Amino acid sequence: MSNLIASTAPKARKLTPEEIHDIEHEKTHYPYAQAVGLEALKIVQKYQGWVSDESLLAVADYLELPPDELEGVATFFNMIFRRPVGKNVILLCDSVACWMLGCDGLKAHITKRLGIEYGQTTADNLFTLIPVPCLGACDKAPVMMIGNDTHRNLTPATIDALIDACQARG
Amino acid sequence: MTTLTNKPLTKNIEIGRAPFTFAQYQAAGGYQSVGKALAMKPRDLMKLVQDSGLGGRGGAGFNTGLKWSFIPEPDGGPRYLVVNADEMEPGTFKDRLLMEHDPHLLVEGMITASIALQATMSYIFLRGEYKEAEAALLKAIAEAYEAGMLGQHIAGSTFSLDMAVHTSAGRYICGEETALINALEGKRANPRFKPPFPQVSGLWGRPTLVNNVETICNIPGIVSHGVDWFKALGINGQSGTRISGVSGRVKRPGCWEMPVGTTFRTVIEEYAGGMQDGYALKAFLPGGGSTDFLMPEHLDLPMIPGDVAKAGSRLGTSLLMVLDDKTCPIGCVHNLIKFFAHESCGWCTPCRDGLPWVEHILLKLERGEGTLKDIDILKEACGYMAPGNTFCALAPGAAEPLQSALKYFMDEFVEHVNHGCKYQRH
Amino acid sequence: MAKITVDGKVFDVDPNNNLLEEILSNQQDLPYFCWHPSMGSVGSCRQCAMIEYANDDDQRGRQIMACMTSPRDGARYSIDKAAQFRAQAIESIMTSHPHDCPVCEEGGECHLQDMTVMSGHTYRRYDGKKSTHTNQDLGPFIGHEMNRCITCYRCVRYYKDYAGGTDFGPQASHNHTYFGRFQDGALESEFSGNLAEVCPTGVFTDKVFSKHYARKWDLQSSPSVCAACGVGCNINPGERYGTLRRVVNRLNDQVNGYFLCDKGRFGTGYVNSSERLRVNMVRSAHDGRPTEISPTEAKSRLLALKGKAIGIGSPRASLEANFALRQLVGKENFYAGVSEVEFGLLSQIVEIYKSRPVQAASIRDIELCDAVVVLGEDVTNTAARIALALRQSVKNLGRELAAKMKLPQWHDAAIRNLAQGRKSPLYIIGPAASRLDDIAKQVYIASPADTARIGFAIAHALDSTAPAVTDLSAAEQSLVASIATDLKGAKKPLVVSGTSLLEPALLQAAANIATACSGAPGPGRIVLTAPEVNSLGLMLLMDGSQNSLGKAMQSGARAAIVLENDLYRRAPAATIGRFLSGLEQLAVLDHLQNRTGEAANLVLAAGTFAETSGTFVNYEGRAQHFYATFKPAPEIRSSAKWLCDTEFGAEPRIHVLTGGAAALLPNGYKLQKLTPGADWNFAGARAPRQHHRYSGRTALRAHLNVHEPKQEQDEDGIMNYSMEGVPPLKDSTIFSSPWAPGWNSNQSVFKFQKHTGGELLQSGHGELLLDVPAADKTWFAAVIQKPVVEGFALFPLYHLFGSEELTARSEAIQAKATGAYVALNPADVERLGLAASDGVQVQHNGAVPYLARASIAPGTVGVPVGLSGLNFQDLVTPGLALNKASNWQNPKDWRASNIIVSDAGSTTAYGRGVQGR
Ligand SMILES: Cc1cc2nc3c(=O)[nH]c(=O)nc-3n(C[C@H](O)[C@H](O)[C@H](O)COP(=O)(O)O)c2cc1C
Ligand code: SF4
Ligand code: FES
Repeated sequence: MSNLIASTAPKARKLTPEEIHDIEHEKTHYPYAQAVGLEALKIVQKYQGWVSDESLLAVADYLELPPDELEGVATFFNMIFRRPVGKNVILLCDSVACWMLGCDGLKAHITKRLGIEYGQTTADNLFTLIPVPCLGACDKAPVMMIGNDTHRNLTPATIDALIDACQARG
Repeated sequence: MTTLTNKPLTKNIEIGRAPFTFAQYQAAGGYQSVGKALAMKPRDLMKLVQDSGLGGRGGAGFNTGLKWSFIPEPDGGPRYLVVNADEMEPGTFKDRLLMEHDPHLLVEGMITASIALQATMSYIFLRGEYKEAEAALLKAIAEAYEAGMLGQHIAGSTFSLDMAVHTSAGRYICGEETALINALEGKRANPRFKPPFPQVSGLWGRPTLVNNVETICNIPGIVSHGVDWFKALGINGQSGTRISGVSGRVKRPGCWEMPVGTTFRTVIEEYAGGMQDGYALKAFLPGGGSTDFLMPEHLDLPMIPGDVAKAGSRLGTSLLMVLDDKTCPIGCVHNLIKFFAHESCGWCTPCRDGLPWVEHILLKLERGEGTLKDIDILKEACGYMAPGNTFCALAPGAAEPLQSALKYFMDEFVEHVNHGCKYQRH
Repeated sequence: MAKITVDGKVFDVDPNNNLLEEILSNQQDLPYFCWHPSMGSVGSCRQCAMIEYANDDDQRGRQIMACMTSPRDGARYSIDKAAQFRAQAIESIMTSHPHDCPVCEEGGECHLQDMTVMSGHTYRRYDGKKSTHTNQDLGPFIGHEMNRCITCYRCVRYYKDYAGGTDFGPQASHNHTYFGRFQDGALESEFSGNLAEVCPTGVFTDKVFSKHYARKWDLQSSPSVCAACGVGCNINPGERYGTLRRVVNRLNDQVNGYFLCDKGRFGTGYVNSSERLRVNMVRSAHDGRPTEISPTEAKSRLLALKGKAIGIGSPRASLEANFALRQLVGKENFYAGVSEVEFGLLSQIVEIYKSRPVQAASIRDIELCDAVVVLGEDVTNTAARIALALRQSVKNLGRELAAKMKLPQWHDAAIRNLAQGRKSPLYIIGPAASRLDDIAKQVYIASPADTARIGFAIAHALDSTAPAVTDLSAAEQSLVASIATDLKGAKKPLVVSGTSLLEPALLQAAANIATACSGAPGPGRIVLTAPEVNSLGLMLLMDGSQNSLGKAMQSGARAAIVLENDLYRRAPAATIGRFLSGLEQLAVLDHLQNRTGEAANLVLAAGTFAETSGTFVNYEGRAQHFYATFKPAPEIRSSAKWLCDTEFGAEPRIHVLTGGAAALLPNGYKLQKLTPGADWNFAGARAPRQHHRYSGRTALRAHLNVHEPKQEQDEDGIMNYSMEGVPPLKDSTIFSSPWAPGWNSNQSVFKFQKHTGGELLQSGHGELLLDVPAADKTWFAAVIQKPVVEGFALFPLYHLFGSEELTARSEAIQAKATGAYVALNPADVERLGLAASDGVQVQHNGAVPYLARASIAPGTVGVPVGLSGLNFQDLVTPGLALNKASNWQNPKDWRASNIIVSDAGSTTAYGRGVQGR
């Protein structure tokens, strides 16, 4: 459809120079733009926290991919957030080793402390809680990630300390 | 003459210390295999690897050199080596260790493998959550470029190679090599039908080899020190070493490099220190969440694919998960099935629609809402998802812990029908 | 051929095909979902399981998916032994299905229902929650009910992989997999309607049909031909209670295969329109007031014009109707109802077919071509089904690559992965970007005349004896060289052109290219689109006469009979007005009210294609018979019958007229083969138009009369207006909607094919009237009139939705159409000083909105044909004066988003430049 035609659909936002820089860097690794799709979504997510419709359209525009194609990829992957998330995404491993060592209890603990279930975000937008499959640290179960950091051998007390630290940072 | 290490995969690893830089790695004997490989004919290199007896460490255990040999002769077009670093199999935590702590070993292995395959580009398909590994690999690759080990005319030769890290975004199916190829192309990661095999028509329709991280980490040693050395590393008639480990209620959970052919008992009782006090070994998964349970009577089996298969399971990733006597086997299987149902790519029917049904029944059983008929459906489901019935190996893998649990713990399933789960939840 | 044993039975199979297709071809029942004869195999649904045995001793065998297996010669297989697995597969597919069959449009013709029963799953064991989805609004054509989805992926494989749509796809994963658009909104593909037939259940349904829905077994239908363009796709219209409810595809493996375009499928609403002429009228000479007259009186008044009136025929009326008119008025007084220019173009096409060593390519032929050049014809908008076929042609490179690697041709996904978007060459040269640009190797924007010049040059590059073109730019030379190389290198090169740009040189250039491609081996392949459903039939019927509409207007006639033709669409309004007002008597036979009818003093209500039987001749010269689907009200008759006088009897059977027309046509005797003959019967019974399960026969009128009324009779023979009779299931010349035991959906068509995916039993292709002449290569001279233009050089823009006269008056089409506009290059927009809110004054013809399109060359203007607000015929002048219209408000029917264009952000070099992709 021509972009010269007026339309009421949501419009692509403008990508930031940082986003464009990072996407351009990724492009150097692949012979086809489509291969950069997922990386580009992750780049946008890195800067924006999540992938809004406007962001998805922006990436689609930039890489000259049909938005529907990109949406199919974005929604396929667990770690592309197509809805807003809190500042700290807590990825709590709920796979078998962590389950044996009590991740359900830790989930209950976090829910009690923050008032959020899996998939929810705290009112202050500080935390989103998401279950994640095996994080490859089964020997140190239970395990979770907050942001880029993996935390091992968790107990309610260590979780409290981690949450405290996030809250202190605001 | 230097004494050769008997821990080629982990010799440089020291938890708590930063991984070796290029210089440190080289000083420790690294990157020798590149020069050796450059001096050899590609087909001879493949033969060397084939003769070493190295089997894939990604789960299936197929002879690596033989797998390589299916790649056609170069036709001037691009060819790819892809390292499968997606590690999402529940209970598996070995590739993470290798990449976080000795990234240059993988980089060297990839360069050497690329020489054998005459690959023009190499990718590491890395699990997105492995942030530390990503940082370590990016640094190592940058150093290798700087040292002339990557890029145009590596190590002064006519061979050129680029390398990049692709980070995924959390999808177990991406570990399946053809789904991985689709993901790398930027498509939905549904698997592809084989044939054609990736060696013939893989990434962007070009010859492509997909190997596991640990598999590739074995290459430098084999090429540098030779087949005889490698063969001598194994025991019970096996070649080389592999990383095995244990999770669950053992005294010292962890993973270690050990000779291929080591017995399960040795791993659990010696390396991992045996069960924690107050817990007894009830069963164990020998190599990740998609393998059949083995029982204490299997402890003395050597960890050899054929032997494990004879006992009714698969060696898989050789990362053991122990089930203790205080943990519900049905709950354990439920947890695994929930994972597999969620990670189904949604392409084929038995997996996409069969696993959620199994999950539903297991939940009913745990809640005491299950019936004996439900148990019959579970049995049927295992046949329904048998290898060949589904498009890829995900669903058959998912059925393995279930079918073995039904075999070994049927009484507990029946017990659950009448009373629900009586185990204490942790 | 290979021999295999299946459950003890021996079958001959083609080892190059997949086992499923071969099993079906041997008429066995084997359930499947994801496989489709046009789309190959991907093996996702796991429904077609069979057992393969390694050797004679093997008792257990190995389970395989038949669709992903090539049969091995001598091998043993079992369908029965895999029954349990297939039952499990269907049972798990059904866990989340809503079981809403009573309110589902697919009910009664649902492949899922059939397969569920066939697989033996009847009792529901799953007692958990179903996964549910929200639906999307996919626009006026297609309904969306995602909860019914069984995730067979057919929709995306059709929409994206087959039809090239980009605005639809799979989302999410595991058992939440969803098929839809990024956002709600009308599907952009012009072939979206096929989703309703491709979907094996009721996720994608025909929304137009849903609004006045009836079950399959309550519909009366007949073998028919789409009347919406010159391709002549085969259709099955369905009627209930006197209204046409829907159109579905009728297989013709040479023409439409399994797919229709959206104009044909959704464009028949005019049959039920409130603007239909439903009574016959005379109009008072003195105050113009109409008075209703009886059919008998109408007919006698019409026949009274014999000897006085000239007859103006129509390219959208059947051969029989045109022939009847010709007989009534006499050969000298019979005029083709097409403009002078169009008459010339159509004569040119007939001459090319008759005198050059070229063969008109069928849709199926097009799909097999491996290098194509399109000269100036926007086929998506003028002959859409051809565009879908061209999309298949570019996939032949992938197939060839696959063959080289010994990959089976049914292995759809593997071939796509191997090809990675590499395509067989397709070149498009024309005055604006078209919808096919995304698959084109190169798109070159050039005026109609320049397009012809390039065409002639290509022919010369292919064969140096063809006349050369001297003044090509460097860019044009390299374009020509590249096209010539690709055509030369191809096994099946094809040239496509047509009449829509009104440029005869284009047809000649195309003929030269096809001639140059001839001989290596066989005739050169060519497609020359014809504007209307029977344009070529009308032309052949002219039998050498040069009587165009222009001649009719100069004939000095005082009386005229106009057959199914709004003359105002054929010449400037003033000219037509002068002509009509000069007539003392004007009789008009038509379906809908129009300006020509308003001028008539005798108006006769003529049946549409759905209410009459007859013959159309498509762009290839393929004659095809269509049977009336239902009987109209007594006031409405077929034009052919209105026009008959005593020579044939007052009410001759249609075959008599067909036979009469046949005498005038080349190979006219072949028309006999289009039907099994008027006296056909099976054990005394005719073929039914209604299904054996027609449920309401007696109840239908029970609120009026408890006695069953006498069924309508079809005087033409062959078919009954009822469910009485014997369906001639194995005679595809009367192939109505398919239905076979256990197969209630359209998938049952394989039961009537010689081989699944291929030809129907007994030829149902229609008959080609034009033989390929054993002619030497002769060339058209490369002389092109280059118009000297003052102002803007205009060229016509066709709209799939809106340009065709009748379909434009269907509600569903109107929802996808727009009012008139002009399309300009952005630079000209600037030059004219047009703000976004301005309109454009078009000469003296009022003002319209404008559309800036980057692909339109500066100095040229695209003017749409047939859209309300602008009469293209009034504007056919060498140069068009455009001016800014200020104080302008866009009319309500201006809906730019409905315009099918594909020149988003293109950086086109114009005229002498080449745009590569
Ligand atoms: C569902 C599924 C997930 C898999 N995940 C992984 C994985 O995370 N890492 C891996 O190396 N292999 C994985 N595999 C195995 C790969 O498909 C492939 O066999 C392996 O990467 C080949 O490497 P190797 O020959 O070096 O073992 C997976 C297979 C399946 C069916
Ligand atoms: S078994 Fe089928 S649905 Fe499951 S992951 Fe493999 S291809 Fe996808
Ligand atoms: S038809 Fe064979 S798997 Fe779907």
